[in-house]
Amino acid sequence: MHDLAAALSTAASLVSSLDPRVLAVVSLSVQVSGGAVVLAALIGLPLGAALALFTFPGRGAVVVVLNACMGLPPVVVGLAIYLLLSRAGPLGELGLLFTPTAMMMAQTVLVLPIIAALSRQVVADLWEEYGEQLRSLGAPRGSVVLTLLWDGRFSLLTAVLAGFGRASAEVGAVMIVGGNINGVTRTMTTAIALETSKGDLPLALALGLILIGLVTVVNAAVFMVGQAAKRGMG
Amino acid sequence: MLRRIFMAAVLLCSLAGQGMAQERFITLASTTSTEQSGLFGHLLPMFRAETGIWVRVVAVGTGQALKLGERGDADVLLVHDRLGEDKFVAEGFGIDRRDVMYNDYVLIGPKDDPAKVKGVKDVAEAFKRIGAAKAAFASRGDDSGTHRSELRIWKAAGVDVKAAGSGWYRELGSGMGPTLNTAAGMNAYVLADRGTWASFKNRQSLAIVLEGDKALFNPYGSILVDPARHSGIKSADAKAWHQWLTGPKGQAAIAGFKIGDEQLFFPSAK
Repeated sequence: MHDLAAALSTAASLVSSLDPRVLAVVSLSVQVSGGAVVLAALIGLPLGAALALFTFPGRGAVVVVLNACMGLPPVVVGLAIYLLLSRAGPLGELGLLFTPTAMMMAQTVLVLPIIAALSRQVVADLWEEYGEQLRSLGAPRGSVVLTLLWDGRFSLLTAVLAGFGRASAEVGAVMIVGGNINGVTRTMTTAIALETSKGDLPLALALGLILIGLVTVVNAAVFMVGQAAKRGMG
Repeated sequence: MLRRIFMAAVLLCSLAGQGMAQERFITLASTTSTEQSGLFGHLLPMFRAETGIWVRVVAVGTGQALKLGERGDADVLLVHDRLGEDKFVAEGFGIDRRDVMYNDYVLIGPKDDPAKVKGVKDVAEAFKRIGAAKAAFASRGDDSGTHRSELRIWKAAGVDVKAAGSGWYRELGSGMGPTLNTAAGMNAYVLADRGTWASFKNRQSLAIVLEGDKALFNPYGSILVDPARHSGIKSADAKAWHQWLTGPKGQAAIAGFKIGDEQLFFPSAK
C-alpha cells in the first residue's frame, strides 16, 4: 500500500513539474510507437482488405499465418531485426542499430499482423454484407477495397488502436534494437524496466501510471474524433 | 486521406530523427553494474565537455557486451571478466585492453543468516556453508561477469551447483537489479557488485554478510573494438574515450564518483 501511494505521488509530481527527462522519454515513446502504427496501418489496412476480397490458392494458409503472427514474441522480433541491422548483418552498412528508426522498424513488424488480420476480418464481414450490391454496380475490385475500408473506418480504427496498444506496451523488441541508451533510445517501457532493475519500484510504477495515462488519452482522443465524425454524418 | 497519412508518417519519422542530433558519438557496450550505479551519468558529461563526443552506453551483461563487440555493434567496451576479455583480444576482436578501475563483489544475504555466514572471512568457505545448509541462493545465471565470477567461487568451494537441481540454487537469468529484487523476495543469498548494491533501493531484509575477501576483487577493463574487422567503427573517437578514461582526468573522475560518502570504483590504470 505504501509503495502504491509513493508511486501515485511520484507520478503526480513528475507530471505536474513537466520533468524534462520524463518528457523526452514520453515523446520518444509516442514517436516510435506512433510512427510504427502509422506505417503498419499504411501497409496493413490495404493488405487486410485485399486478403478479404481477392481469392487465390493458399489464401486460407496466408490468413492462418497472419492471425498467428498477431502473437509474435517481441523479443524474437527484436532479435531478428538486430541480426539484420548489426554491423555484421546484411543491413549493417546503414548504421541503423541503436536508433529510434530501428525501434520503429521492430514495432512495425509487431503491429502489422494485428492491423492486417483485424482489418481483413472487418472487410470480409462487410464484403459478405454488401458484396452482391457492389458487384451488381460493376465496381472494379480496386475501388471496392477503398469503399469498404472507408465504410468500415470506425471498426478499423479499433484495429489500429489495438496495434498502438501493442506497440506502446512492448519492451522486448525496443530493448534489443534500441539498446535503452539514455537520451537517445530510452522509451517509457525500457525506462520502467531499468528503474525496476535499480529496485526503485515506486518510480518504475509511477512511469507505468504515466504510460497508462498516455495511452488512455490517445484512446479518448480517437474516441471523440470518431463520435464527432459520426455526428457529422447525421 | 492517404496523402495526409503519408505526410504524418514523414513528419513522425523526421521527429524521431531529432533524437539523433548528437552528430559526433561513439557506442560503448558496457555492463549493467556500471550503468545502474550511476557512474556513466558522472563521467560522460565531463568527457563530452572536453571533447564534444557523446558516448552512447548500451548496458548489458559482460557476455553480451563482448558479443556486441565481436559483431562490430559497439566501438569500445568497458567490461569485467578478465578471462573473457583476454580471449576477446586473443581472438582478434579487440585491441589495446587496459585496466580502468576495480570495485568488489559483496555477498548479500538475509539478515537472519540461515547458513551462518557472518563472521566468515573466506568467501569460498561461506559458499560451502550455503551449499551445506541448502540455503536459498539467487544466481544471475546470465553469463555476465558477475555470474562468471560466482561460478569460479563455487568451484573453489567444491560445491557442484549444477547437481543442486532447482531446489536451493536458483538460476534467474537476469541482470543484477532484477536478481536482487528476486533475492529480496525469496530471502536468498546473492553475489552482487558493490556499485549496484549501493544504489539499490528495494533491499527489504537483505544486507551485506561478507565483504573484503581478495577473491571478490572485480577489475574492469576497457577494450577498443578492432576497426579492421568491421567497417563503420569510429576508431578515432573511441580511442579518445579509451585514452581519457585511462588517463589522469578519467581516473580522477572515477575516484570522485560517490554515493553518499562511499567511493564505488577505484582507478587502476597503469
